[in-house]
Amino acid sequence: MTALTVERVWKEYGDQIVLENISLEVAPRAFVALVGPSGCGKTTFLRMLLGQEQPTRGRILLDGAPLPPEPGPDRGVVYQRYSVFPHLTVLGNVMFGPELRASRRLGRTFGATRRRIEEQARTMIGEVGLEGAETKYPAQLSGGMQQRLALAQALMMQPRVLLLDEPFGALDPGIRADIHVLMKRLWNEVPMTVVMVTHDLREAFSLATRIIAFERTRTRTEELERYGATITKDIVLWPPRVAGQRTMFEIDTLPGRDDPALFAAPSGTTR
Amino acid sequence: MRWINRRPSRGATLVLHCLPFALLIVAYLIGSAIRLEANPNDKLLPSLATLADTVNRMAFQPDPRTGDYLLWSDTAASLWRLFAGLGISTALALVIGLLIGLLPVMRATLAPFIAFVSMVPPLALLPILFIVMGLGEASKIALIVIGVAPILIRDLSLSAQALPREQIVKAETLSASTWLIGLRVVLPQVLPRLLTSLRLQLGPAFLFLIAAEAISADSGLGYRIFLVRRYLSMDVIFPYVAWITLLAVIGDRLIDLARRRVFPWSELEGAR
Ligand SMILES: Nc1ncnc2c1ncn2[C@@H]1O[C@H](COP(=O)(O)OP(=O)(O)OP(=O)(O)O)[C@@H](O)[C@H]1O
Ligand SMILES: [Mg+2]
Repeated sequence: MTALTVERVWKEYGDQIVLENISLEVAPRAFVALVGPSGCGKTTFLRMLLGQEQPTRGRILLDGAPLPPEPGPDRGVVYQRYSVFPHLTVLGNVMFGPELRASRRLGRTFGATRRRIEEQARTMIGEVGLEGAETKYPAQLSGGMQQRLALAQALMMQPRVLLLDEPFGALDPGIRADIHVLMKRLWNEVPMTVVMVTHDLREAFSLATRIIAFERTRTRTEELERYGATITKDIVLWPPRVAGQRTMFEIDTLPGRDDPALFAAPSGTTR
Repeated sequence: MRWINRRPSRGATLVLHCLPFALLIVAYLIGSAIRLEANPNDKLLPSLATLADTVNRMAFQPDPRTGDYLLWSDTAASLWRLFAGLGISTALALVIGLLIGLLPVMRATLAPFIAFVSMVPPLALLPILFIVMGLGEASKIALIVIGVAPILIRDLSLSAQALPREQIVKAETLSASTWLIGLRVVLPQVLPRLLTSLRLQLGPAFLFLIAAEAISADSGLGYRIFLVRRYLSMDVIFPYVAWITLLAVIGDRLIDLARRRVFPWSELEGAR
Protein backbone atom coordinates (compact mmCIF):
# COMPACT_ATOMS: atom_id res chain seq x y z
CA MET A 1 0.00 0.00 0.00
CA THR A 2 1.15 3.52 -0.64
CA ALA A 3 -0.02 6.69 1.00
CA LEU A 4 0.79 8.97 -1.89
CA THR A 5 1.18 8.13 -5.53
CA VAL A 6 2.39 10.72 -8.00
CA GLU A 7 2.07 9.58 -11.58
CA ARG A 8 3.98 11.39 -14.31
CA VAL A 9 3.04 14.82 -13.09
CA TRP A 10 3.90 17.95 -15.07
CA LYS A 11 3.27 21.49 -13.99
CA GLU A 12 3.39 24.45 -16.31
CA TYR A 13 2.64 28.10 -15.73
CA GLY A 14 1.86 29.51 -19.15
CA ASP A 15 4.90 28.76 -21.26
CA GLN A 16 7.12 27.99 -18.35
CA ILE A 17 7.54 24.35 -17.43
CA VAL A 18 8.21 24.16 -13.73
CA LEU A 19 8.09 20.44 -13.04
CA GLU A 20 8.37 17.66 -15.54
CA ASN A 21 7.54 14.03 -15.31
CA ILE A 22 7.55 13.54 -11.58
CA SER A 23 6.67 10.00 -10.50
CA LEU A 24 6.81 8.99 -6.90
CA GLU A 25 5.41 6.47 -4.48
CA VAL A 26 5.43 7.35 -0.82
CA ALA A 27 4.84 4.67 1.80
CA PRO A 28 2.39 5.31 4.61
CA ARG A 29 4.00 6.94 7.65
CA ALA A 30 7.04 7.93 5.62
CA PHE A 31 8.76 11.23 6.34
CA VAL A 32 9.86 12.62 3.01
CA ALA A 33 12.21 15.58 2.86
CA LEU A 34 12.06 17.54 -0.36
CA VAL A 35 15.21 19.47 -1.21
CA GLY A 36 16.45 21.39 -4.21
CA PRO A 37 17.66 24.78 -5.35
CA SER A 38 15.48 27.84 -4.93
CA GLY A 39 12.83 28.20 -7.62
CA CYS A 40 12.92 24.56 -8.71
CA GLY A 41 9.29 23.97 -7.84
CA LYS A 42 9.23 22.49 -4.34
CA THR A 43 6.47 24.76 -3.13
CA THR A 44 4.59 24.19 -6.37
CA PHE A 45 4.79 20.44 -5.80
CA LEU A 46 3.57 20.81 -2.23
CA ARG A 47 0.68 22.98 -3.43
CA MET A 48 -0.35 20.22 -5.82
CA LEU A 49 -0.29 17.67 -2.99
CA LEU A 50 -2.40 20.10 -1.01
CA GLY A 51 -4.90 20.50 -3.84
CA GLN A 52 -4.31 24.23 -4.07
CA GLU A 53 -2.89 23.79 -7.58
CA GLN A 54 -3.73 21.17 -10.19
CA PRO A 55 -1.09 19.28 -12.18
CA THR A 56 -1.03 20.24 -15.85
CA ARG A 57 -0.57 16.57 -16.71
CA GLY A 58 -0.50 13.39 -14.67
CA ARG A 59 -2.32 12.60 -11.47
CA ILE A 60 -1.87 12.30 -7.76
CA LEU A 61 -3.51 9.61 -5.64
CA LEU A 62 -4.00 9.60 -1.90
CA ASP A 63 -4.41 6.09 -0.50
CA GLY A 64 -5.28 4.94 -4.01
CA ALA A 65 -8.02 7.53 -4.64
CA PRO A 66 -7.56 10.60 -6.84
CA LEU A 67 -6.84 13.72 -4.86
CA PRO A 68 -9.82 16.07 -4.51
CA PRO A 69 -9.23 19.30 -6.47
CA GLU A 70 -9.24 21.49 -3.37
CA PRO A 71 -7.62 21.43 0.06
CA GLY A 72 -9.36 19.41 2.74
CA PRO A 73 -8.95 18.17 6.29
CA ASP A 74 -7.17 14.97 5.25
CA ARG A 75 -4.09 17.03 4.39
CA GLY A 76 -2.67 19.41 6.96
CA VAL A 77 -0.21 22.15 6.19
CA VAL A 78 2.32 24.33 7.99
CA TYR A 79 3.98 27.19 6.16
CA GLN A 80 6.98 29.23 7.07
CA ARG A 81 4.63 32.13 7.82
CA TYR A 82 0.89 32.86 7.93
CA SER A 83 0.08 29.42 9.27
CA VAL A 84 -1.92 30.55 12.27
CA PHE A 85 -4.77 33.02 12.54
CA PRO A 86 -3.73 36.36 14.05
CA HIS A 87 -7.22 37.07 15.40
CA LEU A 88 -7.44 33.91 17.47
CA THR A 89 -5.62 33.12 20.70
CA VAL A 90 -3.41 30.06 21.03
CA LEU A 91 -6.32 28.07 22.44
CA GLY A 92 -8.67 29.48 19.80
CA ASN A 93 -6.25 28.52 17.03
CA VAL A 94 -5.87 24.95 18.26
CA MET A 95 -9.61 24.53 18.78
CA PHE A 96 -10.41 26.13 15.45
CA GLY A 97 -10.39 23.04 13.21
CA PRO A 98 -12.51 20.79 15.44
CA GLU A 99 -14.91 23.69 16.10
CA LEU A 100 -15.38 24.28 12.38
CA ARG A 101 -15.93 20.59 11.86
CA ALA A 102 -18.45 20.31 14.68
CA SER A 103 -20.46 23.43 13.90
CA ARG A 104 -21.07 23.93 10.20
CA ARG A 105 -23.38 26.93 10.66
CA LEU A 106 -21.64 29.12 13.25
CA GLY A 107 -18.16 27.65 13.41
CA ARG A 108 -18.44 27.90 17.19
CA THR A 109 -19.32 25.27 19.73
CA PHE A 110 -20.90 25.51 23.15
CA GLY A 111 -21.49 23.38 26.20
CA ALA A 112 -20.31 19.80 26.30
CA THR A 113 -18.96 19.75 22.74
CA ARG A 114 -16.91 22.81 23.45
CA ARG A 115 -15.56 21.37 26.67
CA ARG A 116 -14.54 18.18 24.91
CA ILE A 117 -12.76 20.09 22.12
CA GLU A 118 -11.12 22.40 24.61
CA GLU A 119 -9.82 19.48 26.60
CA GLN A 120 -8.31 17.90 23.49
CA ALA A 121 -6.85 21.24 22.51
CA ARG A 122 -5.25 21.74 25.91
CA THR A 123 -3.70 18.29 25.72
CA MET A 124 -2.33 19.12 22.28
CA ILE A 125 -1.02 22.47 23.51
CA GLY A 126 0.81 20.64 26.28
CA GLU A 127 2.08 18.14 23.74
CA VAL A 128 3.85 20.85 21.72
CA GLY A 129 5.10 22.65 24.82
CA LEU A 130 2.91 25.73 24.74
CA GLU A 131 1.15 25.38 28.07
CA GLY A 132 0.82 28.75 29.79
CA ALA A 133 0.43 30.59 26.48
CA GLU A 134 -3.22 29.62 25.88
CA THR A 135 -4.61 33.15 26.03
CA LYS A 136 -1.87 34.80 23.97
CA TYR A 137 -2.30 35.95 20.39
CA PRO A 138 0.17 34.70 17.75
CA ALA A 139 1.78 38.14 17.47
CA GLN A 140 2.76 37.78 21.13
CA LEU A 141 4.62 34.50 20.49
CA SER A 142 8.17 33.94 19.29
CA GLY A 143 8.74 32.42 15.85
CA GLY A 144 9.42 29.00 17.34
CA MET A 145 6.27 29.10 19.44
CA GLN A 146 4.22 30.16 16.42
CA GLN A 147 5.44 27.11 14.48
CA ARG A 148 4.66 24.84 17.44
CA LEU A 149 1.22 26.35 17.46
CA ALA A 150 0.86 25.77 13.72
CA LEU A 151 1.81 22.11 14.18
CA ALA A 152 -0.67 21.72 17.02
CA GLN A 153 -3.41 23.35 14.98
CA ALA A 154 -2.78 21.10 11.98
CA LEU A 155 -2.51 17.92 14.06
CA MET A 156 -5.88 18.50 15.74
CA MET A 157 -7.49 17.45 12.45
CA GLN A 158 -5.59 14.13 12.47
CA PRO A 159 -4.53 14.57 8.84
CA ARG A 160 -3.39 11.57 6.88
CA VAL A 161 -0.70 13.68 5.25
CA LEU A 162 1.09 16.60 6.84
CA LEU A 163 2.72 19.01 4.39
CA LEU A 164 5.42 21.33 5.65
CA ASP A 165 6.92 24.14 3.54
CA GLU A 166 10.19 25.22 5.12
CA PRO A 167 8.41 25.25 8.48
CA PHE A 168 11.54 25.86 10.52
CA GLY A 169 13.47 27.92 7.99
CA ALA A 170 13.12 31.17 9.90
CA LEU A 171 14.12 29.80 13.30
CA ASP A 172 17.53 30.13 14.91
CA PRO A 173 19.57 26.94 15.38
CA GLY A 174 18.85 26.36 19.07
CA ILE A 175 15.09 26.73 18.67
CA ARG A 176 15.25 24.66 15.53
CA ALA A 177 16.93 21.77 17.37
CA ASP A 178 14.17 21.85 20.00
CA ILE A 179 11.43 21.82 17.44
CA HIS A 180 13.15 18.97 15.56
CA VAL A 181 12.86 16.86 18.69
CA LEU A 182 9.17 17.75 18.84
CA MET A 183 8.66 17.06 15.13
CA LYS A 184 10.28 13.65 15.44
CA ARG A 185 8.17 12.75 18.43
CA LEU A 186 4.95 13.84 16.73
CA TRP A 187 5.78 11.86 13.63
CA ASN A 188 6.44 8.82 15.79
CA GLU A 189 3.21 9.15 17.69
CA VAL A 190 0.70 10.38 15.13
CA PRO A 191 -0.27 8.07 12.27
CA MET A 192 0.53 10.38 9.40
CA THR A 193 2.75 10.68 6.38
CA VAL A 194 4.92 13.79 6.30
CA VAL A 195 6.27 15.68 3.30
CA MET A 196 8.59 18.50 4.26
CA VAL A 197 10.29 21.04 2.01
CA THR A 198 13.55 22.25 3.44
CA HIS A 199 16.73 24.00 2.43
CA ASP A 200 18.64 22.52 5.33
CA LEU A 201 20.24 19.20 4.43
CA ARG A 202 21.11 18.48 8.06
CA GLU A 203 17.46 18.91 8.92
CA ALA A 204 16.53 16.60 6.06
CA PHE A 205 18.91 13.88 7.19
CA SER A 206 18.05 14.14 10.86
CA LEU A 207 14.27 13.94 10.41
CA ALA A 208 13.40 12.15 7.20
CA THR A 209 13.11 8.54 6.19
CA ARG A 210 13.64 9.47 2.60
CA ILE A 211 15.15 12.44 0.84
CA ILE A 212 14.10 13.54 -2.61
CA ALA A 213 15.95 16.16 -4.59
CA PHE A 214 14.33 18.19 -7.35
CA GLU A 215 16.64 19.76 -9.86
CA ARG A 216 16.69 21.07 -13.39
CA THR A 217 18.83 18.84 -15.52
CA ARG A 218 19.18 21.44 -18.25
CA THR A 219 20.31 24.80 -17.09
CA ARG A 220 21.36 26.67 -20.22
CA THR A 221 19.48 29.99 -20.26
CA GLU A 222 17.60 29.27 -23.48
CA GLU A 223 16.45 25.94 -22.05
CA LEU A 224 15.19 27.26 -18.73
CA GLU A 225 11.62 27.88 -19.86
CA ARG A 226 11.18 24.67 -21.78
CA TYR A 227 12.60 22.19 -19.31
CA GLY A 228 11.38 21.86 -15.75
CA ALA A 229 12.88 20.27 -12.68
CA THR A 230 12.58 16.60 -12.06
CA ILE A 231 13.65 14.10 -9.41
CA THR A 232 17.42 13.79 -9.53
CA LYS A 233 18.06 11.97 -6.27
CA ASP A 234 15.95 9.66 -4.17
CA ILE A 235 17.74 8.57 -1.03
CA VAL A 236 16.21 6.19 1.48
CA LEU A 237 17.93 6.54 4.81
CA TRP A 238 19.92 3.61 6.12
CA PRO A 239 19.38 2.14 8.62
CA PRO A 240 15.72 2.65 7.83
CA ARG A 241 13.72 4.82 10.17
CA VAL A 242 10.28 3.51 10.94
CA ALA A 243 7.65 5.61 12.62
CA GLY A 244 7.17 4.58 16.21
CA GLN A 245 10.44 2.68 16.35
CA ARG A 246 14.01 3.68 16.92
CA THR A 247 17.01 2.88 14.84
CA MET A 248 20.15 1.97 16.69
CA PHE A 249 21.62 5.38 15.93
CA GLU A 250 18.86 7.33 17.54
CA ILE A 251 18.98 6.26 21.12
CA ASP A 252 18.82 9.86 22.27
CA THR A 253 16.32 11.39 19.97
CA LEU A 254 13.16 10.13 21.59
CA PRO A 255 13.36 11.51 25.10
CA GLY A 256 11.16 9.75 27.59
CA ARG A 257 10.06 7.07 25.15
CA ASP A 258 11.57 3.92 26.53
CA ASP A 259 8.42 1.97 27.14
CA PRO A 260 8.31 -0.90 24.65
CA ALA A 261 4.54 -1.05 24.98
CA LEU A 262 4.37 2.20 23.05
CA PHE A 263 5.66 0.52 19.94
CA ALA A 264 2.65 -1.69 19.76
CA ALA A 265 0.30 1.27 19.80
CA PRO A 266 2.26 4.14 18.29
CA SER A 267 -0.75 6.31 17.75
CA GLY A 268 -2.31 6.16 21.16
CA THR A 269 -0.34 8.78 22.98
CA THR A 270 -1.53 12.13 21.76
CA ARG A 271 -5.20 11.70 21.83
CA MET B 1 21.29 65.85 20.09
CA ARG B 2 19.68 65.58 16.65
CA TRP B 3 16.15 66.85 16.36
CA ILE B 4 15.05 63.48 15.08
CA ASN B 5 15.97 61.99 18.46
CA ARG B 6 14.42 64.62 20.67
CA ARG B 7 11.20 63.56 22.30
CA PRO B 8 9.11 65.97 24.35
CA SER B 9 8.36 64.98 27.93
CA ARG B 10 4.77 64.18 28.86
CA GLY B 11 4.07 67.66 30.16
CA ALA B 12 5.69 69.25 27.14
CA THR B 13 3.64 67.00 24.87
CA LEU B 14 0.45 68.23 26.47
CA VAL B 15 1.51 71.85 26.08
CA LEU B 16 2.46 71.22 22.45
CA HIS B 17 -0.92 69.54 21.83
CA CYS B 18 -2.71 72.66 23.09
CA LEU B 19 -0.44 75.20 21.46
CA PRO B 20 -2.01 75.39 17.97
CA PHE B 21 -5.50 75.59 19.49
CA ALA B 22 -4.40 78.38 21.82
CA LEU B 23 -2.77 80.25 18.93
CA LEU B 24 -5.94 79.98 16.86
CA ILE B 25 -8.09 81.32 19.70
CA VAL B 26 -5.68 84.16 20.42
CA ALA B 27 -5.54 85.10 16.74
CA TYR B 28 -9.33 85.12 16.63
CA LEU B 29 -9.59 87.28 19.74
CA ILE B 30 -7.08 89.80 18.41
CA GLY B 31 -8.76 89.95 15.02
CA SER B 32 -12.17 90.28 16.60
CA ALA B 33 -10.97 93.04 18.95
CA ILE B 34 -9.43 95.00 16.08
CA ARG B 35 -12.55 94.79 13.93
CA LEU B 36 -14.95 95.61 16.75
CA GLU B 37 -12.75 98.58 17.66
CA ALA B 38 -13.23 99.95 14.16
CA ASN B 39 -16.92 99.12 13.94
CA PRO B 40 -18.88 97.97 17.04
CA ASN B 41 -21.60 96.54 14.77
CA ASP B 42 -19.21 94.33 12.83
CA LYS B 43 -20.71 90.85 12.40
CA LEU B 44 -17.75 89.03 10.90
CA LEU B 45 -15.74 88.20 14.04
CA PRO B 46 -18.14 88.51 17.00
CA SER B 47 -16.69 88.97 20.49
CA LEU B 48 -16.53 86.16 23.02
CA ALA B 49 -19.41 87.70 24.94
CA THR B 50 -21.64 87.70 21.85
CA LEU B 51 -20.67 84.11 21.08
CA ALA B 52 -21.43 82.97 24.62
CA ASP B 53 -24.72 84.81 24.48
CA THR B 54 -25.70 83.11 21.24
CA VAL B 55 -24.65 79.66 22.44
CA ASN B 56 -26.74 80.20 25.52
CA ARG B 57 -29.71 81.23 23.40
CA MET B 58 -29.37 78.34 20.92
CA ALA B 59 -28.63 75.63 23.41
CA PHE B 60 -30.44 76.50 26.62
CA GLN B 61 -33.44 78.66 25.74
CA PRO B 62 -36.42 77.38 23.83
CA ASP B 63 -36.95 78.90 20.44
CA PRO B 64 -39.86 81.34 20.76
CA ARG B 65 -41.41 80.13 17.53
CA THR B 66 -41.20 76.31 17.87
CA GLY B 67 -40.39 75.84 21.55
CA ASP B 68 -37.38 73.66 20.63
CA TYR B 69 -33.89 74.00 21.99
CA LEU B 70 -32.47 74.62 18.54
CA LEU B 71 -28.90 73.35 18.95
CA TRP B 72 -30.14 70.06 20.36
CA SER B 73 -32.99 69.54 17.95
CA ASP B 74 -30.65 70.34 15.05
CA THR B 75 -28.03 67.94 16.43
CA ALA B 76 -30.58 65.18 16.87
CA ALA B 77 -31.91 65.60 13.34
CA SER B 78 -28.45 65.62 11.80
CA LEU B 79 -27.06 62.75 13.83
CA TRP B 80 -30.06 60.62 13.03
CA ARG B 81 -29.44 61.13 9.29
CA LEU B 82 -25.75 60.52 9.76
CA PHE B 83 -26.24 57.29 11.72
CA ALA B 84 -28.81 56.01 9.27
CA GLY B 85 -26.55 56.79 6.32
CA LEU B 86 -23.44 55.31 7.87
CA GLY B 87 -25.34 52.30 9.21
CA ILE B 88 -26.77 51.44 5.82
CA SER B 89 -23.37 52.02 4.21
CA THR B 90 -21.65 49.74 6.71
CA ALA B 91 -24.20 46.99 6.23
CA LEU B 92 -23.84 47.24 2.45
CA ALA B 93 -20.07 47.23 2.72
CA LEU B 94 -20.11 44.13 4.90
CA VAL B 95 -22.31 42.14 2.59
CA ILE B 96 -21.10 43.31 -0.82
CA GLY B 97 -17.48 43.88 0.22
CA LEU B 98 -17.16 40.40 1.69
CA LEU B 99 -18.82 38.78 -1.30
CA ILE B 100 -16.42 40.56 -3.66
CA GLY B 101 -13.45 39.81 -1.46
CA LEU B 102 -14.29 36.15 -1.00
CA LEU B 103 -15.87 34.83 -4.15
CA PRO B 104 -14.12 35.15 -7.51
CA VAL B 105 -17.51 34.93 -9.24
CA MET B 106 -18.91 37.88 -7.30
CA ARG B 107 -15.67 39.78 -7.84
CA ALA B 108 -15.97 39.34 -11.57
CA THR B 109 -19.61 40.45 -11.44
CA LEU B 110 -19.50 43.38 -9.08
CA ALA B 111 -15.98 44.77 -8.70
CA PRO B 112 -15.86 46.76 -11.97
CA PHE B 113 -19.39 48.03 -11.38
CA ILE B 114 -18.61 49.24 -7.86
CA ALA B 115 -15.38 50.81 -9.08
CA PHE B 116 -17.46 52.66 -11.69
CA VAL B 117 -20.17 53.74 -9.26
CA SER B 118 -17.64 55.00 -6.75
CA MET B 119 -16.42 57.49 -9.35
CA VAL B 120 -19.82 59.15 -9.76
CA PRO B 121 -19.66 62.50 -7.94
CA PRO B 122 -22.40 62.08 -5.31
CA LEU B 123 -23.27 65.76 -5.12
CA ALA B 124 -24.08 65.75 -8.81
CA LEU B 125 -26.70 63.13 -8.05
CA LEU B 126 -28.35 65.24 -5.36
CA PRO B 127 -30.89 66.87 -7.69
CA ILE B 128 -31.87 63.45 -8.99
CA LEU B 129 -32.30 62.19 -5.45
CA PHE B 130 -34.49 65.14 -4.56
CA ILE B 131 -36.60 64.59 -7.64
CA VAL B 132 -36.94 60.84 -7.20
CA MET B 133 -37.11 60.51 -3.42
CA GLY B 134 -38.61 63.84 -2.51
CA LEU B 135 -37.26 66.43 -0.14
CA GLY B 136 -37.63 64.33 3.01
CA GLU B 137 -35.18 62.29 5.02
CA ALA B 138 -34.76 59.54 2.44
CA SER B 139 -32.90 61.65 -0.09
CA LYS B 140 -30.46 62.99 2.51
CA ILE B 141 -29.68 59.53 3.84
CA ALA B 142 -29.38 58.23 0.30
CA LEU B 143 -26.81 60.91 -0.50
CA ILE B 144 -24.64 59.81 2.43
CA VAL B 145 -24.97 56.18 1.38
CA ILE B 146 -24.08 56.93 -2.23
CA GLY B 147 -21.12 58.95 -1.14
CA VAL B 148 -19.74 56.63 1.50
CA ALA B 149 -20.78 53.05 0.69
CA PRO B 150 -18.79 52.48 -2.52
CA ILE B 151 -15.58 53.49 -0.82
CA LEU B 152 -16.29 51.31 2.20
CA ILE B 153 -17.15 48.41 -0.09
CA ARG B 154 -13.96 48.75 -2.10
CA ASP B 155 -11.83 49.14 0.97
CA LEU B 156 -13.37 46.12 2.63
CA SER B 157 -13.07 43.90 -0.43
CA LEU B 158 -9.46 44.98 -0.94
CA SER B 159 -8.55 44.18 2.63
CA ALA B 160 -10.34 40.83 2.36
CA GLN B 161 -8.32 40.03 -0.75
CA ALA B 162 -5.13 41.18 0.93
CA LEU B 163 -5.35 38.40 3.51
CA PRO B 164 -2.60 35.91 2.76
CA ARG B 165 -3.85 33.11 0.52
CA GLU B 166 -2.16 30.73 2.95
CA GLN B 167 -4.76 31.57 5.58
CA ILE B 168 -7.62 30.61 3.32
CA VAL B 169 -5.94 27.36 2.34
CA LYS B 170 -5.13 26.69 5.96
CA ALA B 171 -8.78 27.15 6.89
CA GLU B 172 -9.75 24.71 4.14
CA THR B 173 -7.42 22.12 5.62
CA LEU B 174 -9.23 22.72 8.91
CA SER B 175 -12.47 21.68 7.17
CA ALA B 176 -13.94 25.17 6.73
CA SER B 177 -16.62 25.72 4.08
CA THR B 178 -16.79 28.94 2.07
CA TRP B 179 -19.36 30.23 4.54
CA LEU B 180 -17.23 29.39 7.55
CA ILE B 181 -14.15 30.94 5.95
CA GLY B 182 -16.13 34.12 5.44
CA LEU B 183 -17.62 34.08 8.92
CA ARG B 184 -14.70 32.97 11.04
CA VAL B 185 -11.55 33.83 9.07
CA VAL B 186 -12.20 36.81 6.82
CA LEU B 187 -14.96 38.74 8.60
CA PRO B 188 -13.22 39.07 11.97
CA GLN B 189 -10.01 40.13 10.29
CA VAL B 190 -11.58 42.82 8.09
CA LEU B 191 -13.83 44.29 10.81
CA PRO B 192 -11.04 46.33 12.44
CA ARG B 193 -10.15 47.69 9.04
CA LEU B 194 -13.82 48.47 8.37
CA LEU B 195 -13.98 50.50 11.58
CA THR B 196 -10.87 52.41 10.56
CA SER B 197 -12.21 53.23 7.14
CA LEU B 198 -15.52 54.21 8.72
CA ARG B 199 -13.55 56.69 10.79
CA LEU B 200 -11.95 58.10 7.68
CA GLN B 201 -15.37 58.40 6.06
CA LEU B 202 -16.85 60.46 8.91
CA GLY B 203 -15.58 63.64 7.28
CA PRO B 204 -17.11 62.92 3.86
CA ALA B 205 -20.32 61.75 5.55
CA PHE B 206 -20.67 65.11 7.28
CA LEU B 207 -19.91 66.85 4.01
CA PHE B 208 -22.76 65.07 2.23
CA LEU B 209 -25.07 65.57 5.18
CA ILE B 210 -24.53 69.30 5.31
CA ALA B 211 -24.74 69.65 1.56
CA ALA B 212 -28.11 67.92 1.55
CA GLU B 213 -29.38 69.90 4.54
CA ALA B 214 -28.22 73.15 3.02
CA ILE B 215 -30.46 72.66 0.03
CA SER B 216 -33.58 71.31 1.61
CA ALA B 217 -34.43 70.70 5.25
CA ASP B 218 -36.36 72.17 8.14
CA SER B 219 -33.86 71.25 10.82
CA GLY B 220 -30.31 70.05 11.15
CA LEU B 221 -26.91 71.54 11.73
CA GLY B 222 -26.26 72.24 8.07
CA TYR B 223 -29.72 73.70 7.61
CA ARG B 224 -29.17 76.14 10.48
CA ILE B 225 -25.80 77.31 9.20
CA PHE B 226 -27.14 78.02 5.75
CA LEU B 227 -30.30 79.60 7.16
CA VAL B 228 -28.52 82.16 9.34
CA ARG B 229 -25.95 82.85 6.62
CA ARG B 230 -28.57 85.20 5.13
CA TYR B 231 -28.32 87.39 8.23
CA LEU B 232 -24.52 87.13 8.40
CA SER B 233 -24.95 85.56 11.84
CA MET B 234 -21.36 84.55 12.37
CA ASP B 235 -22.15 84.26 16.06
CA VAL B 236 -24.30 81.21 15.20
CA ILE B 237 -22.16 79.82 12.40
CA PHE B 238 -18.91 79.71 14.35
CA PRO B 239 -20.27 77.72 17.31
CA TYR B 240 -22.13 75.39 14.95
CA VAL B 241 -18.98 74.68 12.94
CA ALA B 242 -17.03 74.07 16.13
CA TRP B 243 -19.81 71.78 17.40
CA ILE B 244 -19.91 69.78 14.16
CA THR B 245 -16.14 69.39 14.31
CA LEU B 246 -16.33 68.28 17.91
CA LEU B 247 -19.00 65.71 17.06
CA ALA B 248 -16.84 64.32 14.26
CA VAL B 249 -13.80 64.14 16.53
CA ILE B 250 -15.79 62.36 19.24
CA GLY B 251 -17.17 59.92 16.68
CA ASP B 252 -13.67 59.25 15.40
CA ARG B 253 -12.37 58.57 18.90
CA LEU B 254 -15.29 56.37 19.88
CA ILE B 255 -14.92 54.19 16.79
CA ASP B 256 -11.21 53.78 17.40
CA LEU B 257 -11.83 52.95 21.06
CA ALA B 258 -14.36 50.34 20.03
CA ARG B 259 -11.90 48.81 17.60
CA ARG B 260 -9.22 48.48 20.25
CA ARG B 261 -11.64 47.08 22.81
CA VAL B 262 -13.34 44.56 20.55
CA PHE B 263 -10.30 43.51 18.50
CA PRO B 264 -7.34 43.70 20.89
CA TRP B 265 -5.23 41.61 18.53
CA SER B 266 -5.44 44.25 15.81
CA GLU B 267 -3.20 46.50 17.90
CA LEU B 268 -0.38 43.97 18.21
CA GLU B 269 2.81 44.51 16.28
CA GLY B 270 2.99 42.31 13.20
CA ALA B 271 -0.53 40.97 13.60
CA ARG B 272 -1.01 41.51 9.91
N1 LIG C 1 1.37 31.13 -9.60
C1 LIG C 1 2.48 31.10 -10.39
N2 LIG C 1 2.43 31.64 -11.62
C2 LIG C 1 3.54 31.59 -12.42
N3 LIG C 1 4.71 31.05 -12.08
C3 LIG C 1 4.82 30.50 -10.85
C4 LIG C 1 3.71 30.51 -9.95
N4 LIG C 1 4.08 29.89 -8.81
C5 LIG C 1 5.38 29.54 -8.99
N5 LIG C 1 5.82 29.91 -10.22
C6 LIG C 1 7.15 29.65 -10.76
O1 LIG C 1 7.45 28.31 -10.53
C7 LIG C 1 8.81 28.17 -10.19
C8 LIG C 1 8.93 27.36 -8.92
O2 LIG C 1 8.44 28.09 -7.82
P1 LIG C 1 8.37 27.48 -6.36
O3 LIG C 1 7.81 28.51 -5.47
O4 LIG C 1 7.66 26.18 -6.42
O5 LIG C 1 9.90 27.24 -6.04
P2 LIG C 1 10.55 26.65 -4.72
O6 LIG C 1 11.29 25.44 -5.12
O7 LIG C 1 9.54 26.51 -3.64
O8 LIG C 1 11.58 27.79 -4.35
P3 LIG C 1 12.07 28.28 -2.92
O9 LIG C 1 13.04 27.24 -2.46
O10 LIG C 1 12.75 29.57 -3.20
O11 LIG C 1 10.87 28.41 -2.03
C9 LIG C 1 9.39 29.55 -10.05
O12 LIG C 1 10.17 29.80 -11.21
C10 LIG C 1 8.20 30.46 -10.04
O13 LIG C 1 8.50 31.63 -10.73
MG1 LIG D 1 9.17 27.46 -1.75
